Amino acid sequence: MSHVAVSDARPAAPAPHKGSLSARSLPRWAGAGFAVVSIALAVGIGLVFGLQSKVQWGLIAALLFILVSYAVTTAVENKRQAKDRVATSLVWVCFILAVIPLASLLWTTISRGTKVLNGYFLSHSMAGVPGFETGGGVYHALIGTLEQVGLATLISAPLGLLAAVYLVEYGKGALAKAVTFFVDVMTGIPSIVAGLFILTLMLMFDLGPSGFMGSLALAILMLPVVVRSTEEMLKLVPNELREAALALGVPKWRMILKVVLPTAIGGITTGVMLAIARIAGETAPIMLLVFGNQLINTNPFQGAQSSLPFYIWEQYRVGSDAAYDRAWAAALVLIAFVMILNLVARGIARWKAPKTGR
Amino acid sequence: MAKRIDVSGLSAYYGAHKAIDDISMTVEPRSVTAFIGPSGCGKSTFLRTLNRMHEVTPGGRVEGKVLLDDENLYGSAVDPVAVRRTVGMVFQRPNPFPTMSIFDNVAAGLRLNGKFKKSELADVVEKSLKGANLWNEVKDRLNKPGSGLSGGQQQRLCIARAIAVEPDVLLMDEPCSALDPISTLAIEDLIGELKERFTIVIVTHNMQQAARVSDRTAFFNLSAVGQPGKLIEIDETERIFSNPSVQATEDYISGRFG
Ligand SMILES: Nc1ncnc2c1ncn2[C@@H]1O[C@H](COP(=O)(O)OP(=O)(O)O)[C@@H](O)[C@H]1O
Ligand SMILES: [Mg+2]
Repeated sequence: MSHVAVSDARPAAPAPHKGSLSARSLPRWAGAGFAVVSIALAVGIGLVFGLQSKVQWGLIAALLFILVSYAVTTAVENKRQAKDRVATSLVWVCFILAVIPLASLLWTTISRGTKVLNGYFLSHSMAGVPGFETGGGVYHALIGTLEQVGLATLISAPLGLLAAVYLVEYGKGALAKAVTFFVDVMTGIPSIVAGLFILTLMLMFDLGPSGFMGSLALAILMLPVVVRSTEEMLKLVPNELREAALALGVPKWRMILKVVLPTAIGGITTGVMLAIARIAGETAPIMLLVFGNQLINTNPFQGAQSSLPFYIWEQYRVGSDAAYDRAWAAALVLIAFVMILNLVARGIARWKAPKTGR
Repeated sequence: MAKRIDVSGLSAYYGAHKAIDDISMTVEPRSVTAFIGPSGCGKSTFLRTLNRMHEVTPGGRVEGKVLLDDENLYGSAVDPVAVRRTVGMVFQRPNPFPTMSIFDNVAAGLRLNGKFKKSELADVVEKSLKGANLWNEVKDRLNKPGSGLSGGQQQRLCIARAIAVEPDVLLMDEPCSALDPISTLAIEDLIGELKERFTIVIVTHNMQQAARVSDRTAFFNLSAVGQPGKLIEIDETERIFSNPSVQATEDYISGRFG
């Protein structure tokens, strides 16, 4: 099959030069051309041999793409260029393989989620709506997620920041090693374990479920991420800046506050936002500690609340079409929430980044 | 208010490694003293012991005495932060604060120390930038980031930043080694002006520079790699370059080194 491709692409090559440093080369759109040719071939093969699965079509296309690239480039240019092009093609194929699941996830969520997503859905709870009927909304879960995640951030962002400052600027010896070790261990804690830990405390002190209990578990999950990312960002601050500040007769704590942290603040914010994004989708601790609720409860310190991931799980479990639609719409809201956080983080990182303006 | 520095029996360590050994010398006020010597002989280390920046390096440790007009910098009651306000420093690579504007960079020393009057700040910044011969080049863009200046301008910005806190002594560690000849000349001229007000110590690898800018020159050497550096001699610059009393100095200056 690749012969066809060869004769297809050959006329595109310019006339060869002799005795100069320039050699015959493929036009710049050759890569795209190969892709089109191999996809067409793959579709042809698929139809002729009656292959059902689109996955097979795709794999054949990918394989053909690499073969065609190699064969044509060897024929027109040379072996070295051909190897180069195969490497490039492989990277492209891998990139597309990686993007497909992401794109399809996003597509599914958007196409199924927009069905019931509207102002009413965002501003109403499930009060008085039986699970299998249409109607109801996500407001109570949105409030729950915002409050729980917000409280968790209020707890773990300052703690994590201070711990990272300690590790980078002051920490040496046994205590620093111990802190680093425990942060590493905490990174690996499954969310359900964090939930169980707080549940034990809850039972011990005879407390009821509340959004705040969930926040505590989320804070445990968030803390190591914040410490690690902040630590990396602080390490990126050049030592010269610290010395410059100290040599001006600035006390160390002021140097950290006014020079080191402002220099790293963009990266630190990004790290915190990513940590928030990570915990926004946690379901297990919410089930254990916040219990879920059909009604609006704006007080995170008293009584059960809902949250977006919990709501999705709850709705999907109901199993009716109306509930499925609500679950997907809530999933879309959750993804949008995380997406907005990411965009905000990028904005802050760009705005706060040290300016070069040369 | 320039001050005299009297060093006696000073040794500095990095952990267990002794970098300089038993150095004694006097640095005269209102003059420029140049440190010359091969790489690794401890010039930077010694310079950093003069404003207690050496101990900022992990494992850094100092023995001996540094008297600044009769007050020992290493006395038990001395606050290193106060020492560094009195003895300023300019580094080899220009290091303006990247998050700050030109104005804020110069004001940084005062602002970060928290002792200034808002109305005075602009005056101090202007005076310091003029003192560093940078005012005319930047007066129209004081609010632009300091990292947008050229290398030579950045270094003069760092000098302005250092003199804005009104130190008594200014230490410069190879301040021109990252700069082109024209910027170097600008800074050398500047050093000539600054010595009216400050005691200046400058480390340089450039013999001509030492001869041009300094009143006194100290030659450091080390007997072998890994051995601590020692002060070989310190004298009037003219004498060091014409008729040094130690053979090693003459060998180094005339390029017959090693
Ligand atoms: N941060 C450091 N840690 C350990 N050793 C160092 C450090 N900085 C310098 N040294 C050592 O101290 C000695 C003197 O170095 P330095 O003062 O930088 O010399 P110079 O400035 O004359 O080139 C060298 O042997 C060097 O290896
Ligand atoms: Mg040096």
